[in-house]
Amino acid sequence: MAELGAIVQKVRSKNAGPFWLTVDVFCGSREVFARVSGALETARVAALYGVAEADVRRFDIADLDVVKFSFPRPTVQGTAADRDMHGAAWAVLLEEMEIG
Amino acid sequence: MVRVLIPTGALGLAYDRAALARGVANRPDIIAVDGGSTDSGPSYLGRGVSKYSRATTKAEWRDLMLARAEAGVPLVIGTAGTCGADSAVDWLFEITRELAEELGQKVKVARLYSGQSPDTIAAAMRAGRVTPLSGAPLADEDLVRSCTNIVALAGVEQIRAALDTGADIVIAGRTTDTAIIAALPIARNCDAGGAWHGAKVGECGALATTNPASGVIQIDFDERGFTLEPLGATARATPYTVSAHMLYENTDPYILHEPGGHLDVAASRYIALDDRRVRVEGSVWVPGRYTVKLEGARVAGYQVVSLTLLRDRRYVANARAWAEDIARRCREVAVDRTGLAEAEFTIEMRLVGQDATLGPLETGRTVPVEVGVLAIVTAPTEAQAVEIGKILNPYLLHHALTEDEPMPTFAFPFSPAEMARGAGYEFCLHHVMALDDPMAAFRLQVSEVGHG
Repeated sequence: MAELGAIVQKVRSKNAGPFWLTVDVFCGSREVFARVSGALETARVAALYGVAEADVRRFDIADLDVVKFSFPRPTVQGTAADRDMHGAAWAVLLEEMEIG
Repeated sequence: MVRVLIPTGALGLAYDRAALARGVANRPDIIAVDGGSTDSGPSYLGRGVSKYSRATTKAEWRDLMLARAEAGVPLVIGTAGTCGADSAVDWLFEITRELAEELGQKVKVARLYSGQSPDTIAAAMRAGRVTPLSGAPLADEDLVRSCTNIVALAGVEQIRAALDTGADIVIAGRTTDTAIIAALPIARNCDAGGAWHGAKVGECGALATTNPASGVIQIDFDERGFTLEPLGATARATPYTVSAHMLYENTDPYILHEPGGHLDVAASRYIALDDRRVRVEGSVWVPGRYTVKLEGARVAGYQVVSLTLLRDRRYVANARAWAEDIARRCREVAVDRTGLAEAEFTIEMRLVGQDATLGPLETGRTVPVEVGVLAIVTAPTEAQAVEIGKILNPYLLHHALTEDEPMPTFAFPFSPAEMARGAGYEFCLHHVMALDDPMAAFRLQVSEVGHG
């Protein structure tokens, strides 16, 4: 087991418009990409962000050694309930997640 | 071949002046710069204002107007004034007029307005021409009429119409980030897939290079694709930095929707020409129905916030219970004294140092040395929000965890303790509108300013 952030190059999250969030896991090498792509379950990512698994779009991009997740923002950008206007802080949830 | 010079990812973000000078010396066909996005939140569109300082905007726009005069080519800005509302276009036009006078330039300026009247959008809705995108909020005619600003995102057709007026400067309201870069290459019959893809890679300036802060890049478009060259002295573009940029702020790394179709980069080939330039070919433009995306913002209540600092260990350890007890008591008092029903206002306590960033999603658990209690009141009117903020005040200052202890006093960093934030806005459209004529929802106004 390891924290995802300790084995990959970078985890980045950002708004994809006001209603969607996209999270990119830059693995940095083919080996780490293979490990992360295999061990990172979409269901766990959905639970981490409190969204339905069916709403999570996942892209395993071997050419870039990137695993990408896009899903409706946990809160719509800029509403009274929103805490993170640019959506960049949500990356830490994945960064600090333990994976096998 | 069409050479597009892109000075920065957004006017107001700063850029490398030496790199801009190199770009001008390379004889571009057009200078294109982005002026905004939704990324800073709904308040800018709601109010129709820029998020950047007027002085900074004027200083950077001055440089670009001088670069335009030297290069003798059009200068185009998209999504002027952060939000691209008509008032933001006029704001930048006024700055342009001042600069033309100060610089002794005589320039023809085309303003492209993207603002939409609520009545027009409501009628389009009735006619079935407005369709929600995935994740869109429910929207009806009443909601549309409650918007303080609605804009439609222009594509290359509207930018081309503005360029066809012979304007030296085009100040466009809301456009897609890519349209200002792709417009001239597409008008001159460069490969459409390459034009849109290059525009997407270039829309953030040097973000798709190894030195994002350098800002300035140039892209050469032709009939088979595009070549990206960063102009910062140490910036390099690599097949990785260029191909990875399709990930950025994009839900799908292969597809980008634009007015009149979509870009598909699944089969794109990225070739390093040397250690700093990248060539891209094989991107595909797939024509579709002509639609433009709509954005709208409306007032969602008025807010008052305050910050209280807890440093006492016992209160830090029990901060959540303390804050929620205050919120519960103050809700009751507010209902009693303001006449508002409990459902009409909210009092939210965010604990800075504990979970203010992630709220219920927070997974970290450590006891901090101090906690900032950010109290957020949202109410239908400013006066009501201010009243409730003041009802909170004595509790935040003195509320004790238990009844049988000396009265505590907590740290307020400010006097007055409450800060009125004015209106809070929310985005309420994530829809597309079908158009028979791309210009049907946009307006052009051409004027000459300055003297030379």
